[in-house]
Amino acid sequence: MSQAFTKAMARNIFYGGSVFFFLLFLALTFDSEATFPERDNRQNITESVAMGKRLWEENNCIGCHTLLGEGAYFAPELGNAYKRLGGREGIMAFIMSRPKDGVPGRRSMPQFNFTQEELEALADFLKYVSEINTADWPPNIQG
Amino acid sequence: MQYKSQAVAKLYFIAAIGLFVGQILFGVILGLQYVIGDFLFPEIPFNVARMVHTNLLIVWLLFGFMGAAYYLVPEEAERELVSPGLAVLMFWVFLIAGALTILGYLLVPYSGLAQMTGNDLLPTMGREFLEQPTITKIGIVVVALAFLYNIGMTILSGRKTVVNLVLLIGLVGLAVFFLFSFYNPDNLVKDKYYWWWVVHLWVEGVWELILGSILAFVLIKTTGVDREVIEKWLYVIIAMTLITGIIGTGHHYYWIGTPDYWQWWGSVFSAMEPIPFFMMTVFAFNMVNRRRRNHPNKAAVLWALGTAVMAFLGAGVWGFLHTLAPVNYYTHGTQITAAHGHMAFYGAYVMIVLTMISYAMPMLRGRKAASSNRSQVLEMWSFWLMTVSMVFITLFLTGAGILQTYLQRYSDTPLPFMVVQEKIELFYWMREVAGVVFLIGLLVYIASFFVGTKEPEVVLEQTDA
Ligand code: HEC
Ligand code: HEM
Ligand code: HEM
Ligand SMILES: [Fe+2]
Repeated sequence: MSQAFTKAMARNIFYGGSVFFFLLFLALTFDSEATFPERDNRQNITESVAMGKRLWEENNCIGCHTLLGEGAYFAPELGNAYKRLGGREGIMAFIMSRPKDGVPGRRSMPQFNFTQEELEALADFLKYVSEINTADWPPNIQG
Repeated sequence: MQYKSQAVAKLYFIAAIGLFVGQILFGVILGLQYVIGDFLFPEIPFNVARMVHTNLLIVWLLFGFMGAAYYLVPEEAERELVSPGLAVLMFWVFLIAGALTILGYLLVPYSGLAQMTGNDLLPTMGREFLEQPTITKIGIVVVALAFLYNIGMTILSGRKTVVNLVLLIGLVGLAVFFLFSFYNPDNLVKDKYYWWWVVHLWVEGVWELILGSILAFVLIKTTGVDREVIEKWLYVIIAMTLITGIIGTGHHYYWIGTPDYWQWWGSVFSAMEPIPFFMMTVFAFNMVNRRRRNHPNKAAVLWALGTAVMAFLGAGVWGFLHTLAPVNYYTHGTQITAAHGHMAFYGAYVMIVLTMISYAMPMLRGRKAASSNRSQVLEMWSFWLMTVSMVFITLFLTGAGILQTYLQRYSDTPLPFMVVQEKIELFYWMREVAGVVFLIGLLVYIASFFVGTKEPEVVLEQTDA
């Protein structure tokens, strides 16, 4: 690098640039927070949805599935599972029907032995997720 | 080795390598589960093996960063560590906490682990990469604080070099952004928004400062190029990192319920994120070409150059591949992501830790500057085996990802996920073969520490001007 460009100049660009862009990022974050209520479907976060989210986390569903495209790539996307499986009943029936020892030769999902209340909470959670405004993602029903 | 307290680094490096082996064993298990769906089911379901694989990765990289800091900080600060005893104590705390957590994943169903560790009091579990029980997370914070105290006090009371200051900023940032792992609202959009403040602002923000400073340190030592020159480069590289990478977080805010304007902010800024990685490559080759001496540790120089190249390929090129919003619309959460994740993590963070170990280990084992020729030759073999097999893993996953994207998302008759996975099975088999070669490379790497230990060091004539 040329001699005219000194180390002190490089240092100032680092500190100045970092602080500036971090503040800009914070400003964009404040603005995003302000628009969240229109898109994040918060009006439908019921007690059951909150319970469903906890069950989602405490059974590590994200370790096999993606949710809105984030997670693991081993099993189907579930952000739109509510639509693909035809509603809450479809989701509950699928989760309930998993064989304990898996499906021979096929990628398998565990049998979690959920109670009826837990199944409904998970279905409510996935319904809530499916109604978040995701700018039309995923491209089609297959997720 | 100039300072006695640098010796604590050895513990950290040994633990890092041990956990690395565990990570790769579970990688190979995962790869097999991809093609033999019920392999080890229900004893070790895929999600459990995956948690072990990714968490071991993070933990061993943290061990590597801490070891690197304990080695280079005293040398740069020109003084002993403030408290070598604390460093040893924290080593054992971290190792035991880490081991217990991994055993918990393997021996107890995850929901049981959540119950046992009181996840209900402060729910933080069950999110990708942040699966650790809350109590483990608190343990990580405690270890990080003790570590920062030790390193920080040493740096502030010694000679202040740019390498040390940049490393310290990176490490403080690592600890600060980890705190967002404790924020887990019921609102999924907010949960995801701040989850990225840990994951993205780590790997495309503060960790790059750690990467840059370690690379700069090893280049100063092995090339003898004037420190002023190297430090200027370091500042420019990390300036570009944060200028592009902070707003670049927006490339994760396209489809998760966040405002549409992120498609512009995220695309424009993240498209510039490859620049600092490219500069790092130019920097490393420039310094080695302008070297004022030939360092006898050729393996370390090879790792340093390899880091620069592979980080650029994995993060820069494979990142750019899917970072523009219109492309990401189709590739989001597919094998393309996995391809990029593997090469970027390997090229940037695995390789920089191995660079530092390669440079420091001979001194930590009582040599003057380098291992014997036989040991170095074996180490360089392991470099090529691991690096080339990682390139193939990436290429096979990219092939799988392109087909997946087309068949499931782009064609006129999109097919269901599970149907597509079966159609692209061949790519997963090839990935598995490459993964086994990677494992062999890792075993060769470990063997290199045990051969030629009694033989003399490599000595080179000085070409000092
Ligand atoms: C060990 C991996 C694994 C875990 C953990 C897991 N799943 Fe699955 N899941 C699968 C696999 C594999 C399939 C596809 C099964 C098939 O088609 O045969 C699937 C399918 C589904 C489906 C049907 C999707 C569709 O479009 O057909 C739903 C709904 C579902 N899982 C919900 C969940 C929930 C909720 C959890 C957490 C409580 C969970 N899964 C945890 C592996 C897993
Ligand atoms: C040092 C080498 C490796 C690194 C740095 C690494 C890193 C990672 C990372 C970061 C993830 C999470 C991926 C993401 O979310 O995109 C992951 C997942 C995974 N890794 Fe590795 N890995 C390595 C080696 C291997 C090997 C050798 C194999 C197999 C042969 C393997 C197989 C897998 C699989 C199957 C997953 C899960 C992907 C999914 O979610 O479907 N890894 N690894
Ligand atoms: C060393 C630096 C980097 C590392 C270690 C890294 C690692 C990763 C990992 C592990 C993921 C998957 C996260 C998940 O599980 O959801 C990811 C996603 C992503 N990365 Fe990187 N990355 C790096 C740099 C970059 C750069 C420089 C770019 C852009 C040029 C980039 C673009 C992306 C994008 C767009 C995604 C989202 C993929 C998706 O939509 O599924 N990354 N990265
Ligand atoms: Fe990112």
